Amino acid sequence: MPRLTLVQAITDALRVEMRRDDRVVVLGEDVGVNGGVFRATEGLIEEFGPDRVIDTPLAESAIIGTAFGMAVYGLRPVPEIQFCGFLPPAYDQIISHVARIRNRSRGRFTAPMVIRAPYAGGIHAPEHHSESPEAFYAHIPGLKVVIPSTPYDAKGLLISAIRDPDPVLFLEPKSIYRAFREEVPEGEYTVPIGKARLVREGTDVTLIAWGAMVPVAEQAARQVEQEHGWSCEIIDLRTISPLDRDAVVGSVQKTGRCVIVHEAPRQCGLAAELVALINEHALLYLEAPVVRVTGFDTVMPLLALEQEYLPNPQRVVRGIVKAMTF
Amino acid sequence: MAQTRGKRTRTASRRVEGWIKPVEPEFETIQILRDDGSYDEASLPDLTDDQMKELYEWMVFARILDQRALNMQRQGRMGTYPPVGGQEAAQVGSAYALEKEDWLFPSYRESAAMMVHGMPPELTFLYWMGREEGAAAPEGVNVFTISIPIATQVPHAVGAAWAARLRGEKKAFLVYFGDGGTSEGDFHEGANFAGVFKAPVVLFCQNNHYAISVPLERQTASRTIAQKAVAYGFPGVRVDGNDVLAVYAVTREAVERARRGEGPTLIEAVTYRYGPHTTADDPTRYRTADEVKEWQERRDPIMRFRRFLESRGLWSEAQEEELQERLRERAAEVVRKAENYPKPEPTNMFDYMYAELPWNLKEQREALLQELAERGEAR
Ligand SMILES: Cc1ncc(C[n+]2csc(CCOP(=O)(O)OP(=O)(O)O)c2C)c(N)n1
Repeated sequence: MPRLTLVQAITDALRVEMRRDDRVVVLGEDVGVNGGVFRATEGLIEEFGPDRVIDTPLAESAIIGTAFGMAVYGLRPVPEIQFCGFLPPAYDQIISHVARIRNRSRGRFTAPMVIRAPYAGGIHAPEHHSESPEAFYAHIPGLKVVIPSTPYDAKGLLISAIRDPDPVLFLEPKSIYRAFREEVPEGEYTVPIGKARLVREGTDVTLIAWGAMVPVAEQAARQVEQEHGWSCEIIDLRTISPLDRDAVVGSVQKTGRCVIVHEAPRQCGLAAELVALINEHALLYLEAPVVRVTGFDTVMPLLALEQEYLPNPQRVVRGIVKAMTF
Repeated sequence: MAQTRGKRTRTASRRVEGWIKPVEPEFETIQILRDDGSYDEASLPDLTDDQMKELYEWMVFARILDQRALNMQRQGRMGTYPPVGGQEAAQVGSAYALEKEDWLFPSYRESAAMMVHGMPPELTFLYWMGREEGAAAPEGVNVFTISIPIATQVPHAVGAAWAARLRGEKKAFLVYFGDGGTSEGDFHEGANFAGVFKAPVVLFCQNNHYAISVPLERQTASRTIAQKAVAYGFPGVRVDGNDVLAVYAVTREAVERARRGEGPTLIEAVTYRYGPHTTADDPTRYRTADEVKEWQERRDPIMRFRRFLESRGLWSEAQEEELQERLRERAAEVVRKAENYPKPEPTNMFDYMYAELPWNLKEQREALLQELAERGEAR
């Protein structure tokens, strides 16, 4: 079985689906000849040609707007937005049309499309290239939001997203694009959207994370196990809309404690939604308030202070201690 | 979506055609210095010999600084950097046409233009080293912050220009963007507003032929960028962006039109970027070495202008050597200043979020301070 990085697994998923279904087209800035600025579409134009791997003009609203037009007309477009910091020009198309069309046309038109975008910080990128806006999109009714954290999941989830009858925003944690390799099966397989992954079983506290925060949570879990003998259960959400409520609630009912980790600012971040779910379904099981370890409510700093902003294993450990010693 | 055409028949009995005629506006490329440095005396702009030499110095300095920045990036002393190399005439010639009280709105690639208009280059270095302190020009320098989301600065400049007009000021506003930028809605919306409100703005496009890897013909079906002005009801002009005198002359005229209240101008400066889009880019994937060589060897803006100065007896080998040495020393000073800038306090990320910090930010700031103290890094 080939050992792939996360970004290679994404290319592989695109290739598999483009071979299987000629309605699948890729479009965006620099996705063709250049193979994408992160090389996520490397080699696709050579295999599928410029009519299916389309270098577009520099205009996000038109990329998403035309992809939407293609989707309602029967194609399966996979537009790439170069960085999720450049989704905002397309926000109107996403919120006003992509996410609403099934409902507002009472099912007459649908938009089966996958918007791919590299996401979050940690690579010393310039301004606007490191933010984590997932909660904005999880708040949009009608849109699904998927964030893989491993090569295996990235491929399986992207294939599921392309086959999904509804629009999916697929956010790719770019700091772990090439962080590690793992065995990824050749050919097609799917990982279901809406299902979390149990990263490791534990009994004392539940850690919930997604994207590049999953390895951070894992590191913190190893540390508290060594230092305190605490056993952490880790849940990688993988899909943040729709949430896997049963996985979250089930785990918290078992452990009675929970720490949620995200890079995005705290206020109205996804952790707030998770805390509400836990309140609604597991309040009486809690032995401590749910702890949030998040980015600050500030603008994402430029690279000199980037590491001061991002949650790191130390901060997660401190969060775990807080939950365990309440 | 099914396509039913109803009962209407397609064949009209009498077919009249020819209503639609393609319009192909012609825009010549204005040049004062030909590629080989020759020129007509009568077309030279009104610049003194010293001013001509100053233009040359700025271009040479821009190139030296660019090399320093690229080297620093390679050595891990700077973040991702977007080089200027090849576009010195377009930037220096245009910014030089401004008066001090005029305003300049840059994108990320305008290090040279910003410097000519008064931005201390060490601040620009600092910004690309990942420091917010480098983003804003000092008080009294009319350079706005760099815009990274493409073309967003166009409506900003139009708004500021319009405000200046409403306040009865006679200033010009020069906004830069790339050929790729002309595809964004913000460019078109900004240009339209500029036309409607007769804003004293100069829309300056550096057409360097690529938006990262995407060539101009994938960006627009128009033959020129200049012709886009026609649709917005104001003049467009195409100029050889590697001819510093032509860029200066054309921009100067546009700036004066703006100041006289005659409204906006779109300038397309045809140029070429020698280096990668940014240090994160590999240009060999989308353009040939021959193409780059052609521009570097036959159309280099600095060489062309140097030949011109030499032909007028304004420049010599000895002067060149002296200049190179002096500017290298100045560049070293720029780097020293940027690198010796006081280290940032981690809590700086909170301090400019609002005029007054709300409770959540105060608490988070305190928590960070405590964390730093625990790490033994309190200052
Ligand atoms: C809204 C937005 N989309 C995408 C990007 C990523 N990006 C940065 S520069 C660039 C190409 C810009 O090309 P052009 O406007 O021609 O200017 P040049 O870089 O050639 O100076 C792209 C796509 C961005 N910064 N902003």
